[in-house]
Amino acid sequence: MEDKKLDIKAYLDADEKKDLLRLLTAGSVDDGKSTLIGRLLFDSKKLYEDQLQALERDSRRVGNAGAGQIDYALLLDGLKAEREEGITIDVAYRYFSTNQRKFIIADTPGHEQYTRNMITGGSTANLAIILVDARTGVITQTRRHTFLVSLLGIKHIVLAVNKMDLVNFSEEVFTKIKNEYLALTSQLGIEDVTCFPLSALEGDNVVEKSPRTPWFQGTSLLQFLETVPIDRDRNMQDFRFPVQYVLRPNLDFRGFCGKVASGVIRKGDEVVALPSMKKSRVKNIVTYEGELSYAFCPQSICITLEDEIDISRGEMIVRPDNLPNIGRYFQTMLVWMDEEPMDRGKQFFLKHNTNTTRATIDEVCYRVDVNTMEQLPGTDFKLNEIGCVRITTAKTIFFDAYKQNKATGAFILIDPITNNTSAVGMIIRPLEMDDINKADVPTLDLKKLGIGEEHYEAIEKAMKDLARQGLEIVIRRPSPTPNPSSPKWEVGNI
Amino acid sequence: MNYELNLSHLQELEAESIHIIREVAAEFENPVMLYSIGKDSSVMVRLAEKAFAPGKVPFPLMHIDSKWKFREMIEFRDRYAKEHGWNLIVESNMEAFNAGVGPFTHGSKVHTDLMKTKALLDALNKYKFDAAFGGARRDEEKSRAKERIFSFRDQFNQWDPKNQRPELWDIYNSRVHKGESIRVFPLSNWTELDIWQYIRLENIPIVPLYFAKERPCVEIDGNLIMADDDRLPKELVPKIHNRMVRFRTLGCWPLTGAVESNATTIEEIVEEMMTTTKSERTTRVIDFDQEASMEQKKREGYF
Repeated sequence: MEDKKLDIKAYLDADEKKDLLRLLTAGSVDDGKSTLIGRLLFDSKKLYEDQLQALERDSRRVGNAGAGQIDYALLLDGLKAEREEGITIDVAYRYFSTNQRKFIIADTPGHEQYTRNMITGGSTANLAIILVDARTGVITQTRRHTFLVSLLGIKHIVLAVNKMDLVNFSEEVFTKIKNEYLALTSQLGIEDVTCFPLSALEGDNVVEKSPRTPWFQGTSLLQFLETVPIDRDRNMQDFRFPVQYVLRPNLDFRGFCGKVASGVIRKGDEVVALPSMKKSRVKNIVTYEGELSYAFCPQSICITLEDEIDISRGEMIVRPDNLPNIGRYFQTMLVWMDEEPMDRGKQFFLKHNTNTTRATIDEVCYRVDVNTMEQLPGTDFKLNEIGCVRITTAKTIFFDAYKQNKATGAFILIDPITNNTSAVGMIIRPLEMDDINKADVPTLDLKKLGIGEEHYEAIEKAMKDLARQGLEIVIRRPSPTPNPSSPKWEVGNI
Repeated sequence: MNYELNLSHLQELEAESIHIIREVAAEFENPVMLYSIGKDSSVMVRLAEKAFAPGKVPFPLMHIDSKWKFREMIEFRDRYAKEHGWNLIVESNMEAFNAGVGPFTHGSKVHTDLMKTKALLDALNKYKFDAAFGGARRDEEKSRAKERIFSFRDQFNQWDPKNQRPELWDIYNSRVHKGESIRVFPLSNWTELDIWQYIRLENIPIVPLYFAKERPCVEIDGNLIMADDDRLPKELVPKIHNRMVRFRTLGCWPLTGAVESNATTIEEIVEEMMTTTKSERTTRVIDFDQEASMEQKKREGYF
């Protein structure tokens, strides 16, 4: 009995140290994607028996698999509407773990009209599994999925050549598909691609290496997933700390809460606040457990500074020698996610990190044909269309190119009327038009307007409410504790 | 100097959840954290305390009391909220309660609709909350596996699974019109094992009902129901036997089946979980009311 307790404790101690791999699967209904996921879940022994019993019941009623076979896909298609249509209509998240790692699978559909779901499911993925049917090889849809994966900046790709049982596990067929695919990925600049010959239905090379592919030199798919290194995928070079929430439990404590978007910060490091450019040093990195000597992405922390600097949500703390782009104009890839087509006359809300601002799409540079990856002349985008645009924001934002830094290069556009997430963007580069910076941002000079000091707080509160709406108004007011010798003026940028 | 720059899966999940909780506090006017007193709620509440340490959590905790909860749950709730300085709101559908609605007389569906779903919707309307945290996990149930972390609800609190907002990276769309709201699930990516592991590592207090003990039980429709108070129908009273049981989930006592168990520590619970043949929601009577029943309940506004 004592021994047994030690065993489970040892198990939990080991489990505690596992890391997390988020993966995306893409393929059509016919490629056996849901079957592959079902197999990974089933064979890694994480399916509970009663879920299996429910499955057998459902299989008899609506299953698409042959008589007497378990339809693994039913495990995944949770929603009633989908079952009736026989397809997965949205992103479904699945969880399993092995002795090496924990996994989150985002299962997304392959149909063209559901590009937006694949984009949704893939945005946080470390790795993408793209399925092809061994009988058809690389098809238009494969190209589309691969383009989307490269657009999202997913670092590792697995090509799962499925249904090898239907081509007699032919090495020739596999090699031909593999070479065709590698030509495609090298064209897109994707470096880490690994190909596997599989039969998800019969389990070949999924969890164990199959004796039916003696010519295949690689490991099984699961062994690969368990060991692929992902710890170098995060940007640990450029410290970016978007302030999410300002914590003021008492007058002596002003903490800036947020998630480290990228990079590392240590106690004592010199930092600068954007956009005020005020410098200070990190006094403490505070957490519930106590102070940390350093923190890194993607930790959620609270920073206190040596000096009293006014920093609000939406502003950013960085290192003085490593600044992001600071501006209001940029060129970006954009994926249209809304049934309602793009309207360039509209002012959208742009949410970037913790910063929300009004924004307009000034120009469509080009649209991409996701099947051929050709650039087409720019027209307004419709649902699931992708292309390159130029955007102007009302407030200054602090950004990097998505390719260098996902966390500070990504944004969403929200329709101001419907509140839908209309589009999502991956920033390419800043544009050099910032010379008239802020000329069109209204400014309230409280002293000049003759407004009494007793109203300042109310006005600031009202401005903060407006800032939440994405409207930027600069307030000019004397510092609340003026130094008699040199009256200090503070420009609050809320 | 060398830095360890890797997070374990639990540290990564914790960071993600804290980020979600802070985002809601920053972007909504009037959020609330729904508290079921279960193990997942206990983890969520601790994450909220962590998110705002050393300050106080800037939103209240709300429990929808169906009036049929285990007595130990209510004691635990009141003690925890007091000890940790939470502003606790308790709401019930008193109209239905006074009319005598209960699971034994009205069945699980009517009871759940009135004492849980309606009570919750009335409470959300009463306080005009624009965001409500829930402790649901995606690995619990199939329809939950597809729900967003920020899950939009229309003015009738309904979920439309076919029309969910795209949700990318860690950028959450929190914009709603008046009357609409967002349900927020900070534990979306946690699994049952992650929850237990976290409770173990962080020493998070949980209701003692999760641990095995001799309890008075009666078998109803294949479920082991604990006779928690004197509202058990009289004809069932002679059938009560003391059994060594624990609960894998907590809800209304007549609707929550116990499992026979000797697990008295978290390690033993996990061990039992790893070797068990039933997933946790099988002890919930309401999931089996009708086909796709959880999805139906979610559409209607239940979590």
